[in-house]
Amino acid sequence: MKTRSAALLLALLLLAAVTGQARAAGDTIKVGILHSLSGTMAISETTLKDTMLMLIDEQNKKGGLLGRKLEAVVVDPASNWPLFAEKARELIEKDHVAAVFGCWTSVSRKSVLPVFEELDSLLFYPVQYEGEESSKNVFYTGAAPNQQAIPAVDYLMNEMGVKRWVLAGTDYVYPRTTNKILEAYLKEKGVSDEDIMINYTPFGHSDWQSIVAEIKKFGSAGKKTAVVSTINGDANVPFYKELGNQGITADKIPVVAFSVGEEELSGIDTRPLVGHLAAWNYFMSVDTDINNDFIDAWHAFTRDDKRVTNDPMEAHFIGFNMWVKAVEKAGTTDPDAVQKAIIGVTVPNLSGGYAAMMPNHHITKPVLIGEIQDDGQFEIVWRTPGMVVGDAWSDYLPGSRDLIADWREPLACGNFNVRTGKCSGSAAK
Amino acid sequence: MPATCPFFQPPGVVSHLALLLLICLLLVPVSGRGDEGGFDQGIDLLASRDFSGKAAGIDLLAESGDARAKTILEALLAGRLFHVKKSGRLVVAEKNGRTYLLTDALTSAPAGTAKKRALKKVTINNRLRTGIKSALARLALRDPDPGVRLAAVNAMLSTLNQESIGLLTRLRKEEKDSRVRDALATAIDIGRLRSGDPALQSKALARLDGNLDPVVRNELIRLLDTEKDETVRRQARATLASIERRIALSGLAETLFFGLSMGSVLVLAAIGLAITFGVIGVINMAHGELIMLGAYTTYVLQQLLPHSIGLALLLSVPAAFLVAGGVGILIEKTVIRFLYGRPLETLLATFGISLVLQQAVRTIFSPLNRSVATPAWMSGMIQINPVLSLTVNRLTILAFAALVFAGLLWTMKKSSIGLQVRAVAQNRAMARAMGVRAARVDALTFGLGSGIAGMAGVALSQLTNVGPNLGQAYIIDSFMVVVFGGVGNLWGTLLGGLTLGVANKFMEPWTGAVLAKILILVFIILFIQKRPSGLFPRKGRAEV
Repeated sequence: MKTRSAALLLALLLLAAVTGQARAAGDTIKVGILHSLSGTMAISETTLKDTMLMLIDEQNKKGGLLGRKLEAVVVDPASNWPLFAEKARELIEKDHVAAVFGCWTSVSRKSVLPVFEELDSLLFYPVQYEGEESSKNVFYTGAAPNQQAIPAVDYLMNEMGVKRWVLAGTDYVYPRTTNKILEAYLKEKGVSDEDIMINYTPFGHSDWQSIVAEIKKFGSAGKKTAVVSTINGDANVPFYKELGNQGITADKIPVVAFSVGEEELSGIDTRPLVGHLAAWNYFMSVDTDINNDFIDAWHAFTRDDKRVTNDPMEAHFIGFNMWVKAVEKAGTTDPDAVQKAIIGVTVPNLSGGYAAMMPNHHITKPVLIGEIQDDGQFEIVWRTPGMVVGDAWSDYLPGSRDLIADWREPLACGNFNVRTGKCSGSAAK
Repeated sequence: MPATCPFFQPPGVVSHLALLLLICLLLVPVSGRGDEGGFDQGIDLLASRDFSGKAAGIDLLAESGDARAKTILEALLAGRLFHVKKSGRLVVAEKNGRTYLLTDALTSAPAGTAKKRALKKVTINNRLRTGIKSALARLALRDPDPGVRLAAVNAMLSTLNQESIGLLTRLRKEEKDSRVRDALATAIDIGRLRSGDPALQSKALARLDGNLDPVVRNELIRLLDTEKDETVRRQARATLASIERRIALSGLAETLFFGLSMGSVLVLAAIGLAITFGVIGVINMAHGELIMLGAYTTYVLQQLLPHSIGLALLLSVPAAFLVAGGVGILIEKTVIRFLYGRPLETLLATFGISLVLQQAVRTIFSPLNRSVATPAWMSGMIQINPVLSLTVNRLTILAFAALVFAGLLWTMKKSSIGLQVRAVAQNRAMARAMGVRAARVDALTFGLGSGIAGMAGVALSQLTNVGPNLGQAYIIDSFMVVVFGGVGNLWGTLLGGLTLGVANKFMEPWTGAVLAKILILVFIILFIQKRPSGLFPRKGRAEV
């Protein structure tokens, strides 16, 4: 009988492994897709896998790249951080992919980072993150804190006259770093300690009663109060539901979220949330021709015209086009040549402007503030006048203020201290 | 600006201006023809790209005194006001399937249909929304419905200034409804506090004593900061202290409610496990996924009955019981039956089943969360006083948990299946000798526990995500409650769940949510060290 349960487990493992196999021979350029298709993060990452398949499909219809067809290699790291590193290694060493598009959480990126540096391959990372990193092998097509959090706070402060701040987040690296940056920024702007409330909750926190009550109490002091939310994924639904039930509407205490997009809203009844905000670099509701075409293509590809698009999808759209352009420019898929060629490459984004790859491996983005509508979409209420350059090292943190990243020769350093003139690798410390 | 309005000031904060325009509106008969120029200019300004232009347009519209302005502002607030892209015509659009049904905003004449792409929405932001709302609220001060008037007065309390206090004082003279009169009195007393006249202030303070509205408390704090007169200060301090005492008391009641409600969720999630784990000793790692199945049943039923989501929710209680119970019996018959008496293998096998169920749901329903709507009778809150309100959905779930517990208790103590379950649990061999079909009872017991997990899922669908990961979030808590309460004892599960919920909520404000959770775990570990069989140890033979 012991063998029976062992066999069951083995069968499961096999099942997981088999789903990741998609091989074909021939002279193609292989592109790795490293997104979780099972486990906790599948909710967000599956969409990105589909986006990549669509982009690769479209590129092939246009005749491929360098006269060769592109071939997607999909693996499933199953929301398991060490498995991300294993799967990345498999993609690079076994499948010889030219570039990898993948990861969502910062911890998965940190897990694969040494693999990409060791094997000198390329990773395009499409999600907003906490900054404080710049690797030779990673291209950060999502927002750095100065492309999302800081402009959002500026908007609340200047346009809405917010005086009191609740920084609420899930307890892990992205919210902690972002809130540290925001706290330093707010204090620099003259906000006193007593007007800042910081609150962390565990992953998947579902009982928000007392925290929402506390926010309500904090907001009843007569000053305009706003919540800056770095609450992650699944915890958002019960949070917003509790806000709605306790009668906190957007005109009383607005909540601006950095992790809530169209996809997350598609799982919520948004009527009580109308007017709460989100800061992104792209919204599905952006009314440009290129975006309408992208949405049509997405609906055609998924054969479902209710599927929404979101910010990380646009990041993959930009990242993929940049990679294509850099490969064409370099005439080869060799990672070193592409790394050199991609800096300065400019491609259209979906909101009617252009994105350029900067020497610090971050890109330029507009910052948009949207208000949630009752149909689960965002109404854009504010946008930065121009493009904002992603800043790898925050100007508001004491340790990273003096650091810059520039991967052009002769500096070629992700962590260069302008005060001491020393380069110390790619990550912090 | 109509020439009849004497309060002209340069545009400032929207709400301030909105007040002025209200006074204007009150002076200018609403039905009368207003300034045509202002109305037209306002309509033109709505097409501005920036929000300040729109704000000016909204002000002009509201000031115009034109009867159409109210409808247009309401449509704007509801997000139903659009421009036709080609002609620039202002229309109110009603969604009708994939197209929009248009009505001309100015003439109220039908204007055909259009696709979304042909329309451009007149966008508003929170600031404009607040402005429109306060303009409409001020119009509502004279609404015939006292409830609307009360809401309007309460909305004005937070943005009181000299003019609005004057207006409210005048309104109070005509007001008949006692609740609206009380609210107006609060506003007037706040006005007196600001008057600087010690006699008036003292009178107002005496009347505001015990008023828990946050506006009053903030006003008192401001008064203590600015007031020089020592007697007024002393009285204000006393009033503030008494208000704060009451707030603290309400806070205590609120925390207790939060704790009980969290506890009720824990009890709901755990009580099915109290049956499967407690009575037949199966460590069922798939318990969370059975809860998830219940939640998905609610989703499916709501999809089938899109027009009566409340009914769908009620129907999903028995449906979820049957679905989850059925799956439970299937699991028992196909896997667990072969593994009785080997907890480790059971644990692994059920863990595998939990993964299979999760992935199955991902394949069938997509990995995205599904949206389960809350019926109107479960939304909102019951206001006890300005600082204490109980949310209706939590109250409902509290009652539901009590009902499920009572039902289960009855089943176990009074019904014949309950008797058989207890007989098999106490002494399997003897029960079989008495003619009880032990294998069948095992399956039914497991099905009962699973079915109750499904019912818990229906409740959870109203609180949290309905997604493939729903179950994982509750499995650990469920085991914690059952072990803490005493394996195999329903009362233990009830008391354990409520204790943990209340303890968690009382700790949370001091320690934060993360540490509170850790402390609870540490406490349980220590408790289990002292009393290995939980709060209510099983009497008699420990092992079967």
